[in-house]
Amino acid sequence: MSPDAAHDAPRHRLAPARVLELDPLLDDPTTRIVVCCGSGGVGKTTTAAALGLRAAERGRKVVVLTIDPARRLAQSMGIDSLDNVPRRVKGIDDTAGGELHAMMLDMKRTFDEIVEAHADPERAAAILSNPFYQSLSAGFAGTQEYMAMEKLGQLRARDEWDLIVVDTPPSRSALDFLDAPKRLGSFLDGRLIRLLTAPAKLGGRAGMKFLNVGMSMMTGTLGKLLGGQLLKDVQTFVAAMDTTFGGFRTRADATYKLLQAPGTAFLVVAAPERDALREAAYFVERLAAERMPLAGLVLNRVHGSGAAQLSAERALAAAENLDESRIVDQHAGKAGLRNSPDTYGSSEPAEPSAPASPSGPGSPAEEAPTDGAVPGDEAGHEADTDGAGREADAGRAGVPAERSVDELTAGLLRLHAERMQLLSRERRTRDRFTALHPEVAVAEVAALPGDVHDLTGLRDIGDRLAAHRHELPEGGDGQSGAEA
Amino acid sequence: MSRLQVVSGKGGTGKTTVAAALALALATEGKRTLLVEVEDRQGIAQLFETEALPYEERKIAVAPGGGEVFALAIDPELALLDYLQMFYKLGGAGRALKKLGAIDFATTIAPGLRDVLLTGKACEAVRRKDKAGRFVYDYVVMDAPPTGRVTRFLNVNDEVAGLAKIGPIHNQAQAVMRVLKSPETAVHLVTLLEEMPVQETADGIAELRAARLPVGRVVVNMVRPQVLDAAELEQIRGTPRTAFARSLSAAGLGGARRGGHAERLVDPLLRQAEEYAERYELEHEQRSVLGELGLPLHELPLLAEGMDLAGLYELATELRKQGMS
Repeated sequence: MSPDAAHDAPRHRLAPARVLELDPLLDDPTTRIVVCCGSGGVGKTTTAAALGLRAAERGRKVVVLTIDPARRLAQSMGIDSLDNVPRRVKGIDDTAGGELHAMMLDMKRTFDEIVEAHADPERAAAILSNPFYQSLSAGFAGTQEYMAMEKLGQLRARDEWDLIVVDTPPSRSALDFLDAPKRLGSFLDGRLIRLLTAPAKLGGRAGMKFLNVGMSMMTGTLGKLLGGQLLKDVQTFVAAMDTTFGGFRTRADATYKLLQAPGTAFLVVAAPERDALREAAYFVERLAAERMPLAGLVLNRVHGSGAAQLSAERALAAAENLDESRIVDQHAGKAGLRNSPDTYGSSEPAEPSAPASPSGPGSPAEEAPTDGAVPGDEAGHEADTDGAGREADAGRAGVPAERSVDELTAGLLRLHAERMQLLSRERRTRDRFTALHPEVAVAEVAALPGDVHDLTGLRDIGDRLAAHRHELPEGGDGQSGAEA
Repeated sequence: MSRLQVVSGKGGTGKTTVAAALALALATEGKRTLLVEVEDRQGIAQLFETEALPYEERKIAVAPGGGEVFALAIDPELALLDYLQMFYKLGGAGRALKKLGAIDFATTIAPGLRDVLLTGKACEAVRRKDKAGRFVYDYVVMDAPPTGRVTRFLNVNDEVAGLAKIGPIHNQAQAVMRVLKSPETAVHLVTLLEEMPVQETADGIAELRAARLPVGRVVVNMVRPQVLDAAELEQIRGTPRTAFARSLSAAGLGGARRGGHAERLVDPLLRQAEEYAERYELEHEQRSVLGELGLPLHELPLLAEGMDLAGLYELATELRKQGMS
């Protein structure tokens, strides 16, 4: 029964988003790769780790590739040392026959390994000691994205795991790897590479005369800009990388196709905040444009409430009733708003935006025992309708230190109002996304008060991920249902 | 007050919002600030509710008190062409380079060149003077890359100066570093009262200091209101449920009898109080970690209705009140 639904704000019911069911995805033996992407600070790494753990405990042999995990999470998984190879994670429940391995990407080492694999030792040594290469591999924009995909390709090629879960770098450019084959291709087919490699191949500047005038002007310009020595470093690097680049491109092409294949599932991770969901929409559109298989959206840190039937407005109004009745009690001894019948009050709703004051009136509470300030619990059931609980009224009792039960209750109601405001903001943000992308299935993950840094915490997140229910109420009012 | 104010922070902490609010706060009467975006996300345009910004300095807001805020979204490719033209009168060569794919190479593959152009452009705006010899912008506020990358981003010119040991790029890189490592610059970090962003802030400060880049202030963003204090939370734990049921009923929320509307609210409300208490405790810990950093701290409230233009002005006023501008 929801007696006051009649005077609620007009309802706007959106078609509820499709629910993303993660267990069938993780259990499906044809699912071989799960890629988690999204903007920074939305819990991508934690999601990847939690999914990996869940899949492993459900019997799959899993490897999780993380990019930059929080220190304590990495420690708990035993991957805090950077050695660029997967380590078996201890402490998981392996009764279903699964295994969990995890690794943290070492960008520079991955790059070095590619060079070593594709060039003869002498040439590899020349590349590795080239100053231009050293800067490039140490992590300028883009390198991380390429290397993450390279590592994914390597792990997949080893075919030791049934499932690879990949975390991606925390930026919009996380999808730059999708451009890698194209970009490398246009670079390799372009004239620039010939320009850069020609002089070095032909033995330095003597080679210049074989180039046309335009070309030599270009090299001159580059030399002027970069300084002769840097140009030489770049030329030596490009020449030495010439053969390696080819391999690079083949691999980038292969990884791209692997990502498009049916065994791959992309998950876009977001939090119910405007910026994060805007980025999520960008990822969704980008993945569609590249024909990459999107499984759905993981919406982390969603707030719910066990008392969603009580709106923020009504909670604040009730809190004010308590404040007022205390004042009335003090001044006139009237108990105008004592216990109410089993319908909600009809007083004017308070301003929804009225912020809760940091603390109620009166001086700061002292650490005094509360015993005796309120009637015993046992008496509660009988004395349920008439003016109980007034003994605790601090003002009347002349004990300024203690909060009365009414003051505490008002505090609880204000806290609830804050929660409901947060909840409705999150719901609006989510609804905007689902209105634009109704085709995207959504898994909502209830917020935790603190950070996750152990397997127990990851397991809990995994349960929340797979709970396949919406944390945020559907529709526009959040009133119905719970009271029925 | 440093003329180049760099704002960084972990992803999700709202660094773009803080940068924009700071640009508004610094634009006091008669002053002009430039808000610079380097990550090609058009976050500034979204905040100020305008269409996407071109590669052009344009006025986007009048601050409270009458100062002006200009904005610029730097496009590395155009910045490179700009730079070739400005310093070497190479407009034509720029087009030829573009055709060759060299510009693409330079701004995407060549290590750090992209970052050189972005920092170089911001420093150029800091130093730019009008015909009367006055600075065109009183302040330049940069919405910089996230904490994990900001030191490398700002320090890229050092690296470039090492790679290109002579020549104009070398000289340009050194000129930029002279601005960035001087008191002309302050790097601020935005955080939330959560463990990971605070840890990243502490790490970021250590990295900036090791690179001898000037660290400014720490801004704690999206601080939720304190509804109940520790003593009240303690008292709530010691209060019987039935007392709350009666109080809720008294407030007009239904019957206090078992199963009554008010009675059924008690458990969820107490659970929310427990969650709040846990968060309150964690926030308290993180505040003390931040306190140990020995930097000026500022706190900005979480806006209940979400971020919009009005909220941005509210945050700017708050920053002024706290003396950040």
